[in-house]
Amino acid sequence: MRPADLVRFTYASVTAHRLRTGLTALGIAVGIAAVILLTSIGEGLHRFVIAEFTQFGTNLISVTPGRTQTHGASLGAVNTVRPLSIDDALALRRAPYVQVSDPIVQGNAEVVQGGKSRRVTLYGVGPDFARSLQMRVATGEFLPQDDPRAARAFVVLGSKVARELFGGGNPLGSRIRVGGDRYRVVGVMQSKGQVLGFDLDDTVYIPVGRALELFNRESLQEIHVNYEPTAPLAEVEEGIKRILIARHGTEDFTVTPQQKMLEVFGTVLDAITFAVAAIGGISLVVGGIGILTILTIAVAERTSEIGLLRALGATHRAILLLFLGEAALLAAIGGAAGLLAGWSIALVLQVALPALPVHVPWSYAALAELMAVGVGLAAGVLPARRAARLDPLEALRSE
Amino acid sequence: MIRLTGIERTFTVGGEQVHALRAVTLEIAQGESLSIMGPSGSGKSTLLNIIGLLDRPNAGTYELDRRDVTGLTDDELARVRREKIGFVFQFFHLVPRLTAAQNIELPMVLSGIDPAERARRVEQLLAEYGLTERSGHRPDQLSGGQCQRVAIARAMSMRPGVILADEPTGNLDRHTGQEVMGVLERLHQNGGTVVVVTHDPEIGARSHRRLRMIDGAVASDEKG
Ligand SMILES: Nc1ncnc2c1ncn2[C@@H]1O[C@H](COP(=O)(O)OP(=O)(O)OP(=O)(O)O)[C@@H](O)[C@H]1O
Ligand SMILES: [Mg+2]
Repeated sequence: MRPADLVRFTYASVTAHRLRTGLTALGIAVGIAAVILLTSIGEGLHRFVIAEFTQFGTNLISVTPGRTQTHGASLGAVNTVRPLSIDDALALRRAPYVQVSDPIVQGNAEVVQGGKSRRVTLYGVGPDFARSLQMRVATGEFLPQDDPRAARAFVVLGSKVARELFGGGNPLGSRIRVGGDRYRVVGVMQSKGQVLGFDLDDTVYIPVGRALELFNRESLQEIHVNYEPTAPLAEVEEGIKRILIARHGTEDFTVTPQQKMLEVFGTVLDAITFAVAAIGGISLVVGGIGILTILTIAVAERTSEIGLLRALGATHRAILLLFLGEAALLAAIGGAAGLLAGWSIALVLQVALPALPVHVPWSYAALAELMAVGVGLAAGVLPARRAARLDPLEALRSE
Repeated sequence: MIRLTGIERTFTVGGEQVHALRAVTLEIAQGESLSIMGPSGSGKSTLLNIIGLLDRPNAGTYELDRRDVTGLTDDELARVRREKIGFVFQFFHLVPRLTAAQNIELPMVLSGIDPAERARRVEQLLAEYGLTERSGHRPDQLSGGQCQRVAIARAMSMRPGVILADEPTGNLDRHTGQEVMGVLERLHQNGGTVVVVTHDPEIGARSHRRLRMIDGAVASDEKG
């Protein structure tokens, strides 16, 4: 039998029962739509999270106080944690490949200007903070290169804070109160929007030494290290550890490269996408069972036709192919419909809920269609084999 | 040419042996017209099925066109059927969702014959059997006689040497039955080997050669 004839014959069989074909294909369509939709959301989430994290660059290392141990953290160790100091941050500039080392402390503070006051997120940072995170200043300058231990009382405002406190006016040069002390505004940041639900524009930046005093803290929350993008990460980590261990006596800090974090995120998110696809896969299996059922019925109904085909000289293989072809065609129709449905729903979701990240990779769509045909073929094997094994004479006699 | 030697066919039904064919020895020459008659259960259909390679004998040998086909595999048998044998059944056995033309085409489709050649032959057969007007009709839109003519055209589409018909008129009224027999006789006149199983003595008597079966054995074999 020629392939084109095989297709035509199976097509005629499948279209002979439109309602039945439609319902059977629907089973697969629901499965494929579910797979497409769920993986789209999974993949969208993946991209969203990665994009949020990489907008500050990827050649970052975060150093935090305290040792995060995966095995057997001893309680006694907690007491020996030494604070991460501004001097530590300065010392890290000498580590190999390190370009910028930013001391950071973060908290909330009240800012007051004219009769207006506002509670904002306050960052105590070094002068290189904005540059190392690729954040831009809209007007004025970021904090100047003062000695971080005795920096002048300058403040840089997030765009929202500037708007709220000064309306349309120019804040540069004005004096505002931050946590009770007077600061001079030297710059306003460009709007950065929300990152993971956190409003980066409702923020002010002051020199880190002053922030520590304001919060009455000894230790930085974090030292942000930027390294040369082409540098070997292991050596950068090694250099940082060596310097800090020399200063603290023990490794009472944690070094977390963003790349490692991204890798972890990546695997977690891949696992989520996969799990979610597997859930869609379950409905695909149900659709496959539908095909198995309907094909078993078709073989029973068309037993005498199978007998006829055998009498006319169809081989076992030809009968097998005819029914496998029918199964694959049913599944392919369902798969195409499901693809269309899943994709449309994804598009609607994208428009209706812009906050929900949805992304349909074409490779997934092609894969889903292949999967549908695969499910159809798998479901078709049993009925097709039964059909092929029928004795021609007995099959002919069944009426 | 068909040569059967010592053909035995037994069925086991509920632990009991039923002898459907006993030591049947029979030679049918190319171009012969043969009718098989006999009481119900005498083994007529069983004999026809063995000749048609749909069934295998328990003993004996079968030579078709000088080739021993007794030991062929299922798929080899399918190929021989495809090329050498045309079947006409009592209940027509047309595929309900295919048109008359597509039903006639079916054996050629299964054999992988070139579509252009298929179209040519289908058109010729439709004209030959007076079905041109009905080519696009499905079986449920055709009369019994038309259905049987489609079935005969289908049997002829691969130009087989042998046409086997098991009670081809059994499901038709007298007039249509005679019309169908006329078609089969024309086949014979054109040089085809035609074997017809029938219960109708009038139809049986019209054949040049008449076989009578009783209890699985050939009781008489008359010519002329
Ligand atoms: N598949 C089978 N299983 C068991 N017994 C069978 C089978 N086929 C035929 N027989 C038996 O073999 C014998 C011959 O059957 P066959 O069908 O050849 O008779 P027939 O001459 O064609 O009869 P009829 O004129 O009624 O069609 C019968 O006794 C029948 O019961
Ligand atoms: Mg019979």
